[in-house]
Amino acid sequence: MTSAPPHLTCQHLVELVTEYLEGKLSHDDRSRLEQHLCFCDSCVKYLEQMRQVLRATGRLTEESITPEAQEKLLDVFRKWKAGGA
Amino acid sequence: MEGPLHSPILALALSPSLACPLGAMFTAASLERRTRPPSGRCSAQPPAKDRGPRFSEAWVELGSEAAGERAGATSALLEALRAGDESAFLHLVNRHQASMIRVATLYVGSRAAAEEVVQEAWVGVLKGLHLFEGRSSLKSWIFRILVNTAKARGIREARSVPLSSLASGDEDEAAVPAERFQEHGVWTGHWSQPPSEWSDDQVASAELVALAREGIEQLPPAQREVMTLRDVEGWEAHDVCELLEVSEANQRVLLHRARSKVRAYVEERLGKEVRP
Repeated sequence: MTSAPPHLTCQHLVELVTEYLEGKLSHDDRSRLEQHLCFCDSCVKYLEQMRQVLRATGRLTEESITPEAQEKLLDVFRKWKAGGA
Repeated sequence: MEGPLHSPILALALSPSLACPLGAMFTAASLERRTRPPSGRCSAQPPAKDRGPRFSEAWVELGSEAAGERAGATSALLEALRAGDESAFLHLVNRHQASMIRVATLYVGSRAAAEEVVQEAWVGVLKGLHLFEGRSSLKSWIFRILVNTAKARGIREARSVPLSSLASGDEDEAAVPAERFQEHGVWTGHWSQPPSEWSDDQVASAELVALAREGIEQLPPAQREVMTLRDVEGWEAHDVCELLEVSEANQRVLLHRARSKVRAYVEERLGKEVRP
């Protein structure tokens, strides 16, 4: 192993995941990471889980404003309008 | 109705000099963004008939992120707001309110306090409308006012901690604990305890969403701020850096630690670690 070309360990890969997803890895590092993924199912799973978590966090925005809150803000708007601020 | 403009922080937020550098935001779609389902943020609009007088449809374009910040649409919306058009205001509120409350919650102690902060911010937005020059996006201008209002409130509540002091000090924090990797031999650094198996049902369930929320809530403040803005609110890195005044590298480190911890939290809670 010591004479092999530089390769990524799993331990190293998990630290590069964010830069990878952000498109911030150098071309070489990106290639090494993707080569690693070709033979390492566990790292594929790790990356996939990260994506699943991110998709889940994106679903946290599914929330709508209550009619009461909306009414309160309309009051704010009407007062501003009346007062000319 | 009084107060916010007398706050030096809000006055600063409203000043054109701060608003300018926030321009050119919300443009390129990130990798994450593309993998996410369509946002439901615009679905809460009330029926048009309840929204007062109708006017140019141009500003409705703001509902679409791609077309979102077109100058023409923004100026039509501003014109309507300044003219006191309630439907224009409601459009803005429905678009940003939920997101504003989540962001405000990052700085103040409770949901109730966050709602007050958001209301205060809207007052500031309305009072400062005549100062908005349209050189930054309206959204970034609104959120700048919100964050400054929330920070001022957070300082009063002694909850705010400077971001810079939190960004360092834990450099050695690993995404995955070292003991889950081989420590000796040819496979040093490779998994000894690989990621656990998540079933399709778990991944598709509301449980995953709930766990992700819990995971984010348990993050240290700076990491929670960055991950909330990036991954919950869908902001671009550049916009988060501007709003929080951190470097891009710092932002990425915070995001990396946050995401790693949230994945680890979800894994732990799903409780099915695979042992070799």
